[in-house]
Amino acid sequence: MENKIVLEAKAIFKTFYDTVQIDVLKDLSFTINRGEFVSITGKSGCGKSTLLYILSTMDSNYRGELIIDNESMVNKSEKELAFIRNEKIGFVFQFHYLLNEFSVLKNVMLPGFKSNKFSEEELEQKAYELLNKLGIEKLAKKMAYQISGGEKQRVAIARAMINDPLILMCDEPTGNLDSKNTDIVFEIFNELVNSFNKTLLVVTHDQSFAENTQRIIVMEDGRIIS
Amino acid sequence: MRIKHIYEIAKALLLARSKQTLVAAIGVTFSVAFFISLLGFMEGLNTLLDGLVLNRTPHIRLFNDIRPTAMQPVSLDTTYKGYHNFISSVKPANAKKEIYNVESIIKRLNADNRVYGVAPKVTAQAFYNLGNIELNGIINGVSVVQEAKLFNFKDYVFEGNYLDLENRSNSIILGRGVADKMLAKKGDLIQVTTINGEQFSLKVIGFFESGVAELDKVQSYVSLATCQKLMGKPNNYISDIQVKLYDLNLAPALAKEYEKLFEVNTEDIQTANAQFETGSSARTIISYAVGIVLLIVAGFGIYNILNMMIYEKMDTIAILKATGFSGADVKKIFITISLSIGIGGALAGALLGFIFSLVIDNIPFNSASLPNVHTYPVDYGIQYYSIAVIFAVATTYFAGWFPSRKASVIDPVEIIRGK
Repeated sequence: MENKIVLEAKAIFKTFYDTVQIDVLKDLSFTINRGEFVSITGKSGCGKSTLLYILSTMDSNYRGELIIDNESMVNKSEKELAFIRNEKIGFVFQFHYLLNEFSVLKNVMLPGFKSNKFSEEELEQKAYELLNKLGIEKLAKKMAYQISGGEKQRVAIARAMINDPLILMCDEPTGNLDSKNTDIVFEIFNELVNSFNKTLLVVTHDQSFAENTQRIIVMEDGRIIS
Repeated sequence: MRIKHIYEIAKALLLARSKQTLVAAIGVTFSVAFFISLLGFMEGLNTLLDGLVLNRTPHIRLFNDIRPTAMQPVSLDTTYKGYHNFISSVKPANAKKEIYNVESIIKRLNADNRVYGVAPKVTAQAFYNLGNIELNGIINGVSVVQEAKLFNFKDYVFEGNYLDLENRSNSIILGRGVADKMLAKKGDLIQVTTINGEQFSLKVIGFFESGVAELDKVQSYVSLATCQKLMGKPNNYISDIQVKLYDLNLAPALAKEYEKLFEVNTEDIQTANAQFETGSSARTIISYAVGIVLLIVAGFGIYNILNMMIYEKMDTIAILKATGFSGADVKKIFITISLSIGIGGALAGALLGFIFSLVIDNIPFNSASLPNVHTYPVDYGIQYYSIAVIFAVATTYFAGWFPSRKASVIDPVEIIRGK
């Protein structure tokens, strides 16, 4: 398998101005190749979440350059960024963030509505396949608020996968889960990388979780230290 | 992004706050309903009140005014050209009130395709004799059929058939006020004295109520022939030609045209009844203003509810954006929410407005001066429904526009980080 670069960060700086100037990220550069399972760890406040929001294109207020799939993210409009986010990035949050107004199935299909690449029937089929893979097919018709935390996180993963993203970004995906569910989620991630050749970037402070990934980026005070 | 999916998301958000949605929609419904019923009622009243006078007023009246000639001999005389004359108190030489060449004028008018109808009329001053008391009166000689066709004559005649006026000679329809004073009943013979001093007896065949009590105290109607007889004039004596047009707005222009063409005096309805126009337009403006204020208030309701919804749904908006929905998509979703409240509320309001109008239309309203009106008048014009619906939808669109813009600029990072 060719080591194709999926994501490249070039000298990223991020500064907050909250009465005093706080440099959160200082000169960050790294690349992530296709099929890699990377974790970013570090102490609270070291800037790892901030970095993830920049990498996910949600935060465009930084200096430096971000290249996703050979395309620079600098000077892109909000609409273009949203499009890239929809097409190429899957996102899993710590607090699952399902939409309670919708059923599990609709939650999974939602990013697909936006991309509009598939018909509704195809999307539904894809969503079922994903739910099936994650072992929660029977929950499809339930409303999002009716299922447990571990199940919600799996639904969130399914949602992140619906548009076949290049890279899956996760912000403390297991931070809110017990060890049993953590193991399930980790297994799913592993399978995504190994069987489906997906690229994963996981921000976590769960040391044991990080140790099981292929590559660990350790951050401290806005810098990569290893 | 397909409309269908935007609609689907909007629907889910709406249903999640179904009570608030309902309240907002009811606000729109009531304002549209009141707008429609208020304006329909107001316009109905306007039409009724204006109709009291306008329906019975000719659009153009042709007559021969008693007035000194505009060009006096002294100004025609070339000898005094350029001089100023001091002749005052000029008197008219010809006291004839009749219109010359009536037949050909009427023929000509009937041939004009802008003219709906022509009704000749003779007006005679007379006294109603009540024992040795004489009451002032005006006796109108009318062509009954034309009068009925153009001025709804038969609507104002009660007790008795208006056509009898033509069929029975020396018959009279008395104004209600006159009849009350004379204690006249149908079939009675009454005496009138003309200004020439001649006495006639006329048979009462019916009564007339115009709705304007002052008029009914003096006016009565006879046929053209009877009136000409009363005045001792030949049967081509006509003092007024009343013209009704298809389009009332042409009256001023046509009046001028006829004045030149037939060399008579004319008066158009706008000049004769300027105050009615003013009154009805003022009333209409007031009701439109009230109606539009109602709709704007409903718009503020929607604005409020959407704002609340956006605060409650911050997380939802953040997650939509994180998964790739752009600000524009979010904006569309919230505008869809607002518009569906608006459209749903407006359509329900149009229906409710119609029901309100029906109710008003059935409330008894008996006025002594309006013999033909038994319930409140309502105008069911489609224009009120369309204005109300269009305005309601526009208001809700703007009410939704500001909150949805706010929603579209929500920064997902801030929301997600804040957890």
